[in-house]
Amino acid sequence: MGDARTRTGPGRLLIAVYGIFALAATSRSAVQIATRFDEAPVAYLLSALAAVVYVLATVALALSSRTSRKVALVACTVELVGVVTVGAVSLLVPQAFPDATVWSTFGIGYGFIPLVLPVLGLWWIKKTS
Amino acid sequence: MTSGYHARVISVLPTVLTIVALLGTTWAVMLMVRKTPLLPPTALSWGLVGLLTLLELGLLVQAIIGIVQLAGTDRQLSGVTFVGYLVAPVLILPVAFVWGASDRSRWSGGVVLVACMSVPVMIVRMQQIWAGHG
Repeated sequence: MGDARTRTGPGRLLIAVYGIFALAATSRSAVQIATRFDEAPVAYLLSALAAVVYVLATVALALSSRTSRKVALVACTVELVGVVTVGAVSLLVPQAFPDATVWSTFGIGYGFIPLVLPVLGLWWIKKTS
Repeated sequence: MTSGYHARVISVLPTVLTIVALLGTTWAVMLMVRKTPLLPPTALSWGLVGLLTLLELGLLVQAIIGIVQLAGTDRQLSGVTFVGYLVAPVLILPVAFVWGASDRSRWSGGVVLVACMSVPVMIVRMQQIWAGHG
């Protein structure tokens, strides 16, 4: 039964937060790319990447299979690297990001949840393996 | 004037909905503390169902008023995002309830907790966009 564990217990709560972020990031990115892609292509492509990562992590954690555990691991890792890198770059070279992404300044616009979420995700995957 | 009337409705309703959402958050925490899942139904979980139904109906009314308001204004607003913040909570709540109810541990209410917490955030964002700060 070990396969079903990422979606049980506290995993439910984690997946709920991931789900909301997946929805928020996907919608935001879709609006940005559809309405004003030329203004800040790098920032908007990063928004799209973040959206894909959140959707993958949500689905993978919720499916709880052996393969999806690996997908979740990759998604959470990319997410952590992304939020730390984009966070640092957005502070050091602010002109690189004319418009904010989910990960700008380590996710300050989202109460730093984007920074905490991958850490919790990775911890949860490790704990349930 | 009808537009003035609507302007007042759209400012009172979000405040009421924010309070109901925070009550829902508190109620969900209570369920988790008492290790009560949403199902099988208990007095405690029925209370949360009532509160969520009220919230859902209110959010639906808010979405309708908001979309009518948007259609009637000639101001420059990010309309798509505005509608997004109006419609998203209406969809999130029922999905969260079903996903939460399918778990039978104390974390069942945790899903509803997260959904209820997201509602005030989306209301604030919706109002910022309406005010032109979006």
